[in-house]
Amino acid sequence: MLLLIAGTMSVLFVRNLFVATMLLGIVSFTMALIFISLDAVDVAFTEAAVGAGISTVLYIGTLALVGSQEKDQLKFAPGPMVICLAVGAVLYYATYEMPRFGEANNPVHTHVAPRYINDSPTEIGVPNMVTSVLASYRGYDTFGETTVIFAAGIGVLLILRQRRRRKNEDDETDVPLDKGKTGQSGSLSGLGSQHDLIPHVIAKLLIPFIFVFALYVQFHGDYGPGGGFQAGVIFAAGIILYALVFSLDYARSVVSEKAILFLISAGVLLYGGVGVVSMMLGGNFLDYNVLASDPVAGQHLGILLVELGVGITVTAAMLAIFYAFVGRADLIAAKAEQEEN
Amino acid sequence: MLSLSSQFPILVAIAPLMTAPICALFRGKAAPWAITTIASAFAFYISLQLLLTVASSGPISYELGGWAPPWGIEYVVDLLSGFMLVLISGVSTGVLLFARESITKEVPTSQLGLFFAAYLLALTGMLGICITGDAFNVFVFLEIMSLSSYALIAMGERTDRRALTAAFQYLIIGTVGATFYLIGVGLIYMMTGTLNIADIAARFPEIEGTRPILAAVGFIVIGLAIKLALFPFHVWLPNGYTYAPSIITAFFAGTATKVSVYLLIRYIFTVFGVDYSFEGLELTDILLPLAVLGFLSMSAVAIYQSNLKRLLAYSSVAQIGYIILGLALANETGLTASIVHIFNHAIVKTGLFLSVGCMFFVVGSTYLKDLEGIGRRMPITTFGFVLGGLGLIGVPLTPGFISKWYLVVAALEKGSVIGYGIVALLMISSLLAVIYIWRVVEVAYFREMPEGTVKEEAPISLLVPTWLFILGSFYFGIETSFNVGIAKAAAAFLMGGA
Repeated sequence: MLLLIAGTMSVLFVRNLFVATMLLGIVSFTMALIFISLDAVDVAFTEAAVGAGISTVLYIGTLALVGSQEKDQLKFAPGPMVICLAVGAVLYYATYEMPRFGEANNPVHTHVAPRYINDSPTEIGVPNMVTSVLASYRGYDTFGETTVIFAAGIGVLLILRQRRRRKNEDDETDVPLDKGKTGQSGSLSGLGSQHDLIPHVIAKLLIPFIFVFALYVQFHGDYGPGGGFQAGVIFAAGIILYALVFSLDYARSVVSEKAILFLISAGVLLYGGVGVVSMMLGGNFLDYNVLASDPVAGQHLGILLVELGVGITVTAAMLAIFYAFVGRADLIAAKAEQEEN
Repeated sequence: MLSLSSQFPILVAIAPLMTAPICALFRGKAAPWAITTIASAFAFYISLQLLLTVASSGPISYELGGWAPPWGIEYVVDLLSGFMLVLISGVSTGVLLFARESITKEVPTSQLGLFFAAYLLALTGMLGICITGDAFNVFVFLEIMSLSSYALIAMGERTDRRALTAAFQYLIIGTVGATFYLIGVGLIYMMTGTLNIADIAARFPEIEGTRPILAAVGFIVIGLAIKLALFPFHVWLPNGYTYAPSIITAFFAGTATKVSVYLLIRYIFTVFGVDYSFEGLELTDILLPLAVLGFLSMSAVAIYQSNLKRLLAYSSVAQIGYIILGLALANETGLTASIVHIFNHAIVKTGLFLSVGCMFFVVGSTYLKDLEGIGRRMPITTFGFVLGGLGLIGVPLTPGFISKWYLVVAALEKGSVIGYGIVALLMISSLLAVIYIWRVVEVAYFREMPEGTVKEEAPISLLVPTWLFILGSFYFGIETSFNVGIAKAAAAFLMGGA
């Protein structure tokens, strides 16, 4: 807890954004540790993979674009400060009559949850209860979340791609970032410098394991902690590592941008498709019971498929965001070169 | 094997949702548009069917995944949500008819597939929020709607790069709003152990008045107030509406903020209950002054705008003030006025923004200085705009009149000095609306056309949808049995059923 507070406070005061990003990564890991000590292993896993892993990479990608020094001096802004303090005060106020933490007869434990705990083994037959709640009881929420990821991917592609095209059309009109700041970034595609032997060897060693681990998390989610979201992120991290160490062009030749768009959509379609099929078979949307002759087997199959859908969409969306950022960096570098000539 | 109509509630939401990824894969000009329009029209058809069913045989519940609530997620269609579904999918379909030609001027062809995918997701989000009976599911769909609308607003950047800043501003403020809502839902879950709205409502009396619930109510009301652009949380709206592509502005003006209003009504009347909201918490004391301040100040600000879209955007914030006013009056007539005005304003505003879209299509600008003499240059469009403007002011025979009539009656029912004061202020605000509409009329008809411009109308494919909304607004202003009838029934249901 103390580490968490220290971490967040120092993020606020550190002037160098690169350091801030690293600190945020530490904060995320600390959060993950706290979640583990609260017995929420799945949440911890997600926090570690998403918060500490992929978002740090994306932050760094952004920093490569905009430079790592803050431009403005720290200004004291009373308005937001007051709002933050007020929100904190209200939350603190609310804690007074909250049910005691961890007590067995709290509303959370007595109303809906017992059914999940008592019946999910017989109704769904998946050892990891979190998975059965996420993928089946509240499977539609997870479908929604997958769609949120899809929407994010689409949004990034829409905005960043359009801007790239624009720049090709009329080169003169806008140079969005001044060169002084981006000078250090250089081209990210060339980032995988050809001469660094050590990263190459280590990456080559690591990447297969990352992929295997991702697949394990993906398909083992019903037994241990994990599932589509985490697996997708890990898988994407593997490819991003490849892109960083070798070069973006190689990564692109493995998974092209077209393929990414296709995959983002395919994941959502797979998840929704399971729902539609269960409708066709006479159940309600996402009612996996009807997928096989035996309801438990049906649940199993359904969860496996939808988790796969989630994994595909998450992987592709993460890659889309990464490619889009890096693509921008290339563009800026190319422009800088052009201007020098 | 299955009766299709029993699956209608879910089809409304997943028809556009499942179409979105398919649409994202298509290239070219016509295909994405056609797919989107078909999906939207299909959702409209189902919504109508659902509303008819609900009107004749009562609320429908649909269990997702076959799990009974509160363990699984439930979809609930009652009169109010059915009404919202029809409104949203209807406006969307109308706007899409307009989109085919207009959007090609504002978004590059290569992006149309993704653009319409995002549009479908926004539509999905709105429909999903209205139909769901689960508090967390609301948040999920709120996110779908928000994320796609940030992207859609940013698409205005080809015309004006400020669209990017506008979208970013909306993203920050919108995220704060959504987070507040989520904190509120989290607190409620902690106290009740359930996320199902009906279940929460049933368990609510036991725990109302405890501190966490008080905080939860605060977070949810403020979070939604940000999302629905209640004065003074409206700052994101004028920028967003001004710089977004025409059809997006028209679509959002009719629907996006209304969805949050719907949620607010849901929470105040169904979850918290009328007694607790207005006697325990005296929400009237908070919402009423904000609503009145909102419509007065925003109508006044609208007068000084130099951009027609921005003028209408400020007028939208003012109209939100009317809607919240009706709700804050906390009587059945007031609630009726709110619900009627949600509908009426959606139709009128969409019509107005579409006619502005026609002007933009021809002139390439929405600044008043570029629209001088537009009344002679584009007579049909401008006439439509003026008729829509009358609806905004609330002239008899227009839908604006109906809403204001109910508002005035509700305020008088409230009685006392406050009631009469509100009536007076309503009149003043309407006069302000006369002024800002007149400014446009003056520019359009009493200024000379710029040199070298000739009379040219927008293409017929733009005019037809525009006039559909304008004439539709008159239809619902004269023949009020549909909108007022349903609003009355829904209001009675909410007041009584709470």
